[in-house]
Amino acid sequence: MHKILHKEILGPDVTLYRFYAPDIAQYRQPGQFVLIRISDEGERIPITLADVDRSEGSITLIIQSVGKTTLKLAQMNVGDSIPDIAGPLGEPTHIELLGHVLCVGGGIGTAPLYPVAKAMKDLGNRVTSIIGARSENLLILEDRMKAVSDKMVITTDDGSKGKKGLVTDAISELVESGEKFDQCVCMGPPIMMKFVCLLTKKLGIPTIVSLNPIMVDGTGMCGGCRVTVGGKTKFACVDGPEFDGHQVDFDEMMARLNTYKNHERKALEHYSKETGCRLEASLNKGESK
Amino acid sequence: MKPAERLKIPPTVMPEQDPKLRIQNVNEVPLGYTPEMAMVEAKRCLQCKTPFCIEGCPVGIDIPGFICAIEKGDFKEGIHVLKQRNLLPAVCGRVCPQEEQCQAMCVIGKAKKDPAKAVMIGKLEMFLADWERKQGEYATPPEVRKTGKKVAIVGGGPAGLTVAGDLIKYGHDVTVYEAFHKAGGVLVYGIPEFRLPKAIVQTEVEYLQKLGVKFRYNFIVGRTAPVAKVVEENDAVFIGTGAGLPRFMRVEGENLLGVLSANEYLTRANLMKAYSFPQTDTPIVKGRTVITVGGGNVAMDCARTALRMGAERSLIVYRRAEEQMPARLEELHHAKEEGVEFHLLNNPVRLVGDDTGWLKGAELIKMELGKPDASGRRRPMPIEGSEYILEADILIVAIGNSPNPLIPASYPELDVTNWGGIIVNEVTGQTSVPGVFAGGDIVLGAATVILAMGHGRRAARAMNLYLSSGRWTDLEDGLELCRAEVR
Repeated sequence: MHKILHKEILGPDVTLYRFYAPDIAQYRQPGQFVLIRISDEGERIPITLADVDRSEGSITLIIQSVGKTTLKLAQMNVGDSIPDIAGPLGEPTHIELLGHVLCVGGGIGTAPLYPVAKAMKDLGNRVTSIIGARSENLLILEDRMKAVSDKMVITTDDGSKGKKGLVTDAISELVESGEKFDQCVCMGPPIMMKFVCLLTKKLGIPTIVSLNPIMVDGTGMCGGCRVTVGGKTKFACVDGPEFDGHQVDFDEMMARLNTYKNHERKALEHYSKETGCRLEASLNKGESK
Repeated sequence: MKPAERLKIPPTVMPEQDPKLRIQNVNEVPLGYTPEMAMVEAKRCLQCKTPFCIEGCPVGIDIPGFICAIEKGDFKEGIHVLKQRNLLPAVCGRVCPQEEQCQAMCVIGKAKKDPAKAVMIGKLEMFLADWERKQGEYATPPEVRKTGKKVAIVGGGPAGLTVAGDLIKYGHDVTVYEAFHKAGGVLVYGIPEFRLPKAIVQTEVEYLQKLGVKFRYNFIVGRTAPVAKVVEENDAVFIGTGAGLPRFMRVEGENLLGVLSANEYLTRANLMKAYSFPQTDTPIVKGRTVITVGGGNVAMDCARTALRMGAERSLIVYRRAEEQMPARLEELHHAKEEGVEFHLLNNPVRLVGDDTGWLKGAELIKMELGKPDASGRRRPMPIEGSEYILEADILIVAIGNSPNPLIPASYPELDVTNWGGIIVNEVTGQTSVPGVFAGGDIVLGAATVILAMGHGRRAARAMNLYLSSGRWTDLEDGLELCRAEVR
């Protein structure tokens, strides 16, 4: 069992949890993920690790409530436990001294980006970060990202904080102002990663992205997470989750994420019937994801 | 009773759920023998002086011994005889291909020129195991002196569980590291509930726990901890991580929505209990027409699961003919009874999707059989120009699995074959790393539960000798010496 040691609301429907999981904390490296299951009837969902604390034996997960499992989890409190956390899974990020690294995070994607940005900075890279969200209240880890960045730009779609616009606008502006980047690391919603990659390809900036497709086991067994990278089929769980963003077929990946869309709706409806609570807002959000 | 009289008794048919009803539930298909049925069936055994059936059994069960006990009605003695060689009889009685093993060697079957008419050894084994479970009492072996030697078993499937059961009986300190949240490997994620109820596997795992075996779940050796650390912290290690890497066909359209591996389909349905969605949380895709590509037991499992998930049509597409199908006759028979349609001598060349990216059909090409290939089976050859589209909204790829690469990839000290299987001494299961043994599908490629258990059994014996003697080189010779004593 994995106890919730700490819980913090970061924004609407976005929650940070620290779970007791000393084995996972010990060997985890930036870029890796875990699979969690919150009850005996539960599904296994992949979540990228945002941080670990080896002395506490804890792992940090930042989770957006979008489906039945994540909503149920949000009902749990410090002291409660979940039965299963498996990991750390996936290949770690290749951290090396590259020079100037551009870290681009969108929405909840800033969570897995943070440990990578930190590791890049710790190794002596110059780090410029762009974090974006639809609106100010959806921005997460602003302070932590600032602490590991030499320069940070914030963008919001509605202009409620930072620059009004998309992260791609901020990238263009930085490049136009004369900044040169040796590497871009981009994590966020698939559609954002797709457009960042289209842009960085044009700008000639090598870009790695972290993918979070549907998976069951996370050890290469089910093949549900297959993505096309450079024309070849790869398993995000064992070959990834990070890939050369310029080679990823994002359209296929986004289509595949819709496989269980109707099921997700049905699960939520069932859950709301069970608990009697209204989840319509969440239902709509589930759709937009 | 004279042998001639025994020969006259017809095989006892095990009652089964009606095909029309059973495709509406996930309950087990065979209903089991009554004690009376089992005792009649046991009478068919000639109690041969030289029992060939034992030679056909990968774990060498004293088959005439347990059948003799059934005939006498002494089921307690029967289960005792059975468990001396096989810790998981409830599983093996159900999933072993007896018609290729013990029952293929049975003199009765030979006399009748039909292995299907041999003594129903598997069904008798199932009967005994079920009888014991219904009693609710499990004979636990006498306490043994602890050796203080630590053993890690990597992977809680059939091979690993067998090794664990054997080594705990020798008095070693055994821990099973399992990547999933439940032990059993393919027994829980792969083989469907209607063929092997999960409660049975759970009982077997609990039995091992009762014997003192420790289980660490959600522990992925090679990720949660480095392989080298596990090797270093234990006196011996057994790797039984199975053939968990699904093969795909590498045809156009394979990443369309609605196309999935047999592993994913079955894991969702079985381990994650998607058949109870939305009471359980894991969803599974349901289609009106489901194509399963492949001709083995796993393909039959998928096609039959699809019917239970509400498919209107469930079709098997296989590139060879029925005679070449690797599936057990019983599975084939059950699938046909339930209404699975067979498109034999057909092979997918391309999958076609609709404008949302969801599968709408498979383009198949007709095949004909040519000269025998390396496997001895006649090679299927495409008939040019015979392509046609078969409409379907779900396609399951059940064409086999490769060894799971996680351990070999993260531990290059292990020698592996060019297809990724760990290389071992066939007699002892020793790998290229002293103290490390391996067996089951990680060595064999995708094979059967009982072969994995046979591997486990042999490796356990060698591991015990290694742990007690510290001898690694020529371990095989040491085993030869104590073989007479064991056999």
